[in-house]
Amino acid sequence: MALFQIAEPGESAAPHEHKLAIGIDLGTTNSLVATVRSGLAVCLNDEQGRPLLPSVVRYHADASVEVGYAAQVNQAVDPRHTIVSVKRFMGRGLKDIAHVEAMPYDFVETPGMVKLRTHAGVKTPVEISAEILKSLKSRAEAALGGDLLGAVITIPAYFDDAQRQATKDAARLAGLNVLRLLNEPTAAAIAYGLDNAAEGVYAVYDLGGGTFDISILRLTKGVFEVMATGGDSALGGDDFDHRIYCWVLEQANLQPLAPEDARLLMMRCREAKEFLTLHPEAPITARLASGEMVDLKLDVATFAEITRTLVSKTMQPVKRALRDAALRPDDIKGVVMVGGATRMPQIQKAVGDFFRQEPLTNLDPDKVVALGAATQANLLAGNKTGKDDWLLLDVIPLSLGLETMGGLTEKVIARNSTIPTARAQEFTTFKDGQTAMSIHVVQGEREMVADCRSLARFELRGIPPMVAGAARIRVTFQVDADGLLSVAAREQTTGVESSVTVKPSYGLSDEEIAGMLQDSLAHARDDAMTRALREAQVEAERMIEATEAALAEDAGLLAAAEEEKIRAGIARLRAAAAGDNRRAINIAMDDLGFETQEFAHRRMDQSIKKVLAGRKVGEIGMGEEE
Amino acid sequence: MDPTADFFSLFELPRAFRLSVAELDSRFRDVQAQVHPDRFANAPESERRLSMQWATRANEAYQTLKKPLARGRYLLELNGHDVEAENNTAMPADFLLEQMEWREAVMEARAGGDHHELERLHNRLRGDIAGRYDELGYLLDEAADFPLAADRVRRLMFLEKLLSEIDDALASLE
Repeated sequence: MALFQIAEPGESAAPHEHKLAIGIDLGTTNSLVATVRSGLAVCLNDEQGRPLLPSVVRYHADASVEVGYAAQVNQAVDPRHTIVSVKRFMGRGLKDIAHVEAMPYDFVETPGMVKLRTHAGVKTPVEISAEILKSLKSRAEAALGGDLLGAVITIPAYFDDAQRQATKDAARLAGLNVLRLLNEPTAAAIAYGLDNAAEGVYAVYDLGGGTFDISILRLTKGVFEVMATGGDSALGGDDFDHRIYCWVLEQANLQPLAPEDARLLMMRCREAKEFLTLHPEAPITARLASGEMVDLKLDVATFAEITRTLVSKTMQPVKRALRDAALRPDDIKGVVMVGGATRMPQIQKAVGDFFRQEPLTNLDPDKVVALGAATQANLLAGNKTGKDDWLLLDVIPLSLGLETMGGLTEKVIARNSTIPTARAQEFTTFKDGQTAMSIHVVQGEREMVADCRSLARFELRGIPPMVAGAARIRVTFQVDADGLLSVAAREQTTGVESSVTVKPSYGLSDEEIAGMLQDSLAHARDDAMTRALREAQVEAERMIEATEAALAEDAGLLAAAEEEKIRAGIARLRAAAAGDNRRAINIAMDDLGFETQEFAHRRMDQSIKKVLAGRKVGEIGMGEEE
Repeated sequence: MDPTADFFSLFELPRAFRLSVAELDSRFRDVQAQVHPDRFANAPESERRLSMQWATRANEAYQTLKKPLARGRYLLELNGHDVEAENNTAMPADFLLEQMEWREAVMEARAGGDHHELERLHNRLRGDIAGRYDELGYLLDEAADFPLAADRVRRLMFLEKLLSEIDDALASLE
């Protein structure tokens, strides 16, 4: 057993310098929040001492909202307005969602992301998720006693751009500063250990409530490098419940059920699944509203049999990820199990058989992602912890491309490219005098655009009329460290430009978010203006602090006049931040940002020079082995 | 340092085909440790943007230099030989004939589900490719014969593609 839980011996930051940062595991079934305290990652419990927050949101007729256990206990009473597993709807249209027919919700069919009609009005999955995040945020604020600098929020590695963007939007709606979106398997790997003894290649098998991820990571000298990732963002523990549910319907010969009965029976099925982890047989009993009585027994062998296809469905991405990483099962030093669904014995057996080793299960599979997220949040917040410093190099899970003639996909960025990454591709017009070009951005591995996910469409207009093939349109894809894409197009000969941060198809526009923020704040005591001002002030303080720290370190890189300009900018920003004019603060921030651009550049340059300086070029030989 | 500088100087490595991958790995990590967005998560917007640009550049440089084929093409490009643009798709007949024989052998083994034969083809081709990279190293680093090197790179593009097709065939049999 080569992995250890992180224990940081040299927590050097003085308490008053310690920035409050949290990690949030926004799960399909349950969510958690964790932080690093005295050098140790811990989950923050609710008032009753429970770490989990069921990811259940109930909307009442009086528009009040209940989140967590309180909502969960009543789910069979009010299934239509009690939303479970909302994560499955993030960044998804109705046609993308499995088992819609078995769901009690009042879906609103809209282009783009699905919406749900509730007592409190029509809600998007983003708003519903924001309720869960708000609940975790206030739990953390109460426990930590202060303003949070920010949060690392975990997402399945296999989430596409629309799902990632929806998660980030939800955080924004909940008033959280997102330090990073972090892939769940990567978070688990961080929680599992940074000890040198852990060097080698590890697989993380992460089966959550609604998503499945496999990641192959290489750990070397404090670098976590994701080599490949794969999965299925619509496969999880819920599907195992659903199999049991179907089995029950069949065995008990039941007619289609009322929503209340369906929800009740689904709960019993989940309980049976959990019971089978430690017992050979589970009872399933329920009295339905119709008066019918369900009384069945499910044994482990039958359970394994009815879920066999689900288990093998997880092994396909495992094989592909290994192939992408150019590795064989024997190359894997350890297999980390994440997610409550990995407790199922048939999963443990299938994984053990494939990798020919016992999977690692010594951290609580429910908590490990949140703990890793907290650890990463602590690092990103700048709470340096002596020798425990590491670098994370993650990848994008799905290829990104453009639609070309005939509905074909032209891949621009390949899956498993290390992020951040960018690539430009040139296209041309196909008609004489063509002045506009429509650009359709898609994500996925398939050849046909129709089989990929449509992320955005936008138009580059104002191309001067030329003969077909003469225009040179350069389309640049940039994927940031959160795995989010932005696309810019530019006609090279004239410089006509157009760009989007990819959102429209499945995401929410900035206006929609602003509108939701207004709505949500209308119910709160503080109004939107006050909050926006406060946010600008906090941002200004952060900027002043960072700039002064940079000057203290590297003023030597600046001429006296340059330093003078920056200091004047700081003074102006400080004055603006003391007032209550948000616009003035933003202008002063922009100005300071402009003044410090060159300085930032020189600092970056110096740090690279420094790290490479004094290195001798080692023995130069052919080292082609990859 | 100039962000438009070539990938070799980004890592302060000599501009040569023969390089130690271990050395490249470690320099890449050192540079990323300085510029990665995770180091600037809490920094002002201008620094965050700069960090993303640098980290993107470092990733691109690393990917290009790590793989011998990409590295060879890149070196040719730096020396003014664009392998694709020169469009010498007309390969010598004997090379093309050899390619066809390879392909037939792969298709046959695949159709017959002959895992063992595919493995054998894979290993033979790998050996062949390794020898060609040795030659390419000589052509680029010592002889500086870029036109011939470009020809060798074009052949290697064929062979690498064939190798990945064998890998696909192997994967499909699993």
